[in-house]
Amino acid sequence: MTLLALEEITVRFGDRAVVDAVDLDVAEHEVVCVLGPSGSGKSTLLRVIAGLQAPDGGRVRLGGADQAAVPAHRRGVGLMFQDHQLFPHRDVGGNVAFGLRIRGARRAAYEPRVAELLELVGLPGAQRRAVASLSGGEQQRVALARALAPEPRLLMLDEPLGQLDRGLRERLAVELRALFSRLGTTVLAVTHDQAEAFALADRVVVMRDGRIAQAGSPLEVWQRPASEFVARFLGFDNVVPATVAGTTATTPWGPVPVPAGSPQGAHQVLVRPAGVLLGDPATGAGSGLDCVVAARTFRGTHVTLTLEPRTGPVLEAECDLAGAPAAGDRVTARFAPAEVVVLPAP
Amino acid sequence: MAVPLAFFGLFFALPVAAIVGRGLRTDAGWRWGRIGEVLTRPDIADVLWFTTWQALVSTALTLLIALPGAYAFARLDFRGRHLLRAVVTVPFVLPTVVVGSAFLALVGRGGLLDELWGVRLDTTVWAILLAHVFFNYAVVVRTVGGLWAQLDPRQEEAARVLGAGRFAAWRRVTLPALGPAVAAASLMVFLFTFSSFGVVQILGGPSYATLEVEVYRQTAQLLDLQTAAVLTLVQFAAVGAILGVHAWAVRRRETALKLVDPARTARPPRGVGQRTLLGGVLLTVALLIVLPLGVLVERSFDAPGGYGWDFYRALGDARATGTFLVAPLEAIGNSLRYAGAATAIALVVGGLAAAALARRGGPFTRGFDALLMLPLGVSAVTVGFGFLITLDEPPLDLRTSWILVPLAQALVGVPFVVRTMLPVLRAVDDRLREAAAVLGASPWRAWREVDLPLVRRAVLIAAGFAFAVSLGEFGATVFIARPDRPTLPVAVARLLGRAGELNYGQAMALSTILMLVCAVSLLVLERLRSDKTSGEF
Repeated sequence: MTLLALEEITVRFGDRAVVDAVDLDVAEHEVVCVLGPSGSGKSTLLRVIAGLQAPDGGRVRLGGADQAAVPAHRRGVGLMFQDHQLFPHRDVGGNVAFGLRIRGARRAAYEPRVAELLELVGLPGAQRRAVASLSGGEQQRVALARALAPEPRLLMLDEPLGQLDRGLRERLAVELRALFSRLGTTVLAVTHDQAEAFALADRVVVMRDGRIAQAGSPLEVWQRPASEFVARFLGFDNVVPATVAGTTATTPWGPVPVPAGSPQGAHQVLVRPAGVLLGDPATGAGSGLDCVVAARTFRGTHVTLTLEPRTGPVLEAECDLAGAPAAGDRVTARFAPAEVVVLPAP
Repeated sequence: MAVPLAFFGLFFALPVAAIVGRGLRTDAGWRWGRIGEVLTRPDIADVLWFTTWQALVSTALTLLIALPGAYAFARLDFRGRHLLRAVVTVPFVLPTVVVGSAFLALVGRGGLLDELWGVRLDTTVWAILLAHVFFNYAVVVRTVGGLWAQLDPRQEEAARVLGAGRFAAWRRVTLPALGPAVAAASLMVFLFTFSSFGVVQILGGPSYATLEVEVYRQTAQLLDLQTAAVLTLVQFAAVGAILGVHAWAVRRRETALKLVDPARTARPPRGVGQRTLLGGVLLTVALLIVLPLGVLVERSFDAPGGYGWDFYRALGDARATGTFLVAPLEAIGNSLRYAGAATAIALVVGGLAAAALARRGGPFTRGFDALLMLPLGVSAVTVGFGFLITLDEPPLDLRTSWILVPLAQALVGVPFVVRTMLPVLRAVDDRLREAAAVLGASPWRAWREVDLPLVRRAVLIAAGFAFAVSLGEFGATVFIARPDRPTLPVAVARLLGRAGELNYGQAMALSTILMLVCAVSLLVLERLRSDKTSGEF
């Protein structure tokens, strides 16, 4: 059942539409992640849903009811702010209990609940600690416990893991995912970090300039970016104009094989780095694009190469550590059709 | 916003306008020509000239003496720093009457210098200038030193690494950053000295008068309302201009400075230079601030028959001198009651104004910000007299009401309340309120749960300041306090106005009491604000 429905939501700052006619549904128990670069309007979208920002057009429905006349404190949604916004004058317990106290809960009723929540987020017994003494990761956990405490029907997270270091971020993303599926919470998160979005979400919504550029499961979005923008935002830079005929596209790199059933005519193609297959010009059959290795970046499990082809723009390739060519080496490049995506013309 | 506007309209604009109207309007209409007539009178020109140059010299002298102090208190870590910082602030909230009497005890007839070397400075301009430095030392130390302590020393270090010498780094990095604060402090000092009343009244003798003193003389002694009205207008215009410049300077200060925790920037003094500087600052504080206060206390015990409590005992008796309808000691109770009521009024009015200003931006806010400072500079005498002639008929007949005095005192308290609370209210992150709202708190509940706890300390500090300045208010109170209900400053001034050793000794004793009351409320304040800086003063 649909819990949240946005209909043509528009927000303008001056004459710029920060959120431009956005439609979005979130079903109960679903975890949706809005992904976009900073300034794409995703935080504003959360503020509209929370009732902190009045939309210039459109409608917010929660559980089917129009929220236009409902002030923020009666919407029953939770919002975890980007920089947490813990109340500095209250200790950890006071922060987590805040929403319960506001709803008139007595100390005897909320104290066990606070303890339970702190246990849940991995900070058991932290009730009396001062907020200022917490590390970034601990603050994030307290903010989460505070947002969860009143059991909001929709929990919204603004860059939930944004300020944490890499290791902690990856661990917490996994923990959060497990937590949400255990509690059955409906979650709408926004982030600019694709790894975070893919780790958390059942469904990913990519935003650009206040509009939705693509929506789908993480796998769908990853495998079939809908546009050059989405492809480049996901970190894929091998995008060139192409004319598709049958299963071959004519590109500045020469002919590139495309999957069967691809749309025909003038388009663009994306070649994922894993789809650039390297060969040795001295021993190989000689078929393929002649390239010079311009740079080599070590990525831990593999190596990323920047290739300068004989024709066409710079090409990015991935290969195993073992036998990776060095900068200055000559290689040939061929393309694997499974890793090629036809994108609409710009 | 409506309450503060009504308050200022009714109890500030109206009385001032009434006085001006009474002076300049006849049955035939407004007579603006009188302004020219009055301003060209040689005696008035003298007053204008004296007011201006003594304010300029006082400001320059204060800067010269207090800037090293600002540095020492900001950057040097020495034992007793916090206590001493509180001590130098005491004069600023002392009633000007007490400041006057303290200097009288030091440099006046029979004063310490007179006894030791036969030197008398009262009725000379030096006494006035020194008293002004004494009074305003804290303004510079607080305003400039407060910023200095928060400037990141690493900025200067960055300049050093880039090849600047120690002095060049200071001149090119620290000085420009401090410039606006120095300008703001200078303007405040200029404002306070330009409108100086109590100090000049007591130390100036017949030969020196500022505009404010002249307004008092013209109004209360010569009953020349016309001249008083013109002088009030002149002062009003001058103060308005000064406040405009001040607001501009302060606004520039608030932009784009990287500030750090003041606790981290102070270091123990190192090297001959820093030790000498600290020694000089401590000596200045001792001579300029501690000594006058000490002499004041000493004089209050220096009875004809040897040191004792004689003067204090005499304060309990109305018949001892015939100066009062009631025992002078009753003035303590009056003062505390009036100041308490004035503090309550100032907190309500100032709190509402600060809350309204914190939520808005734009030129209107800035204008109102400055407007709130006007009562500090506009002739208190005019306000007091204006109260008498505007609030004496229905629907607002307050002339016989006790509330009149607290109302006038609250007028000078409000600017301090606003200036203390506004920065804190502005610093409350709006998203904290939003966080509360999302968690289910109504706007009112969010204010109670978020704003109030965060500004509670500022409210207490503001209350302390309002209480201290109300306690010391003299210019307006002297007009409207009823003869049988004098406040402490009024009683001190009255005692000083009479000849006789007993009167003088009682004035010193009463000043000591007033000083103690002020100092205690100030020290409580200093304790409250020690861990968090807020506000300007």
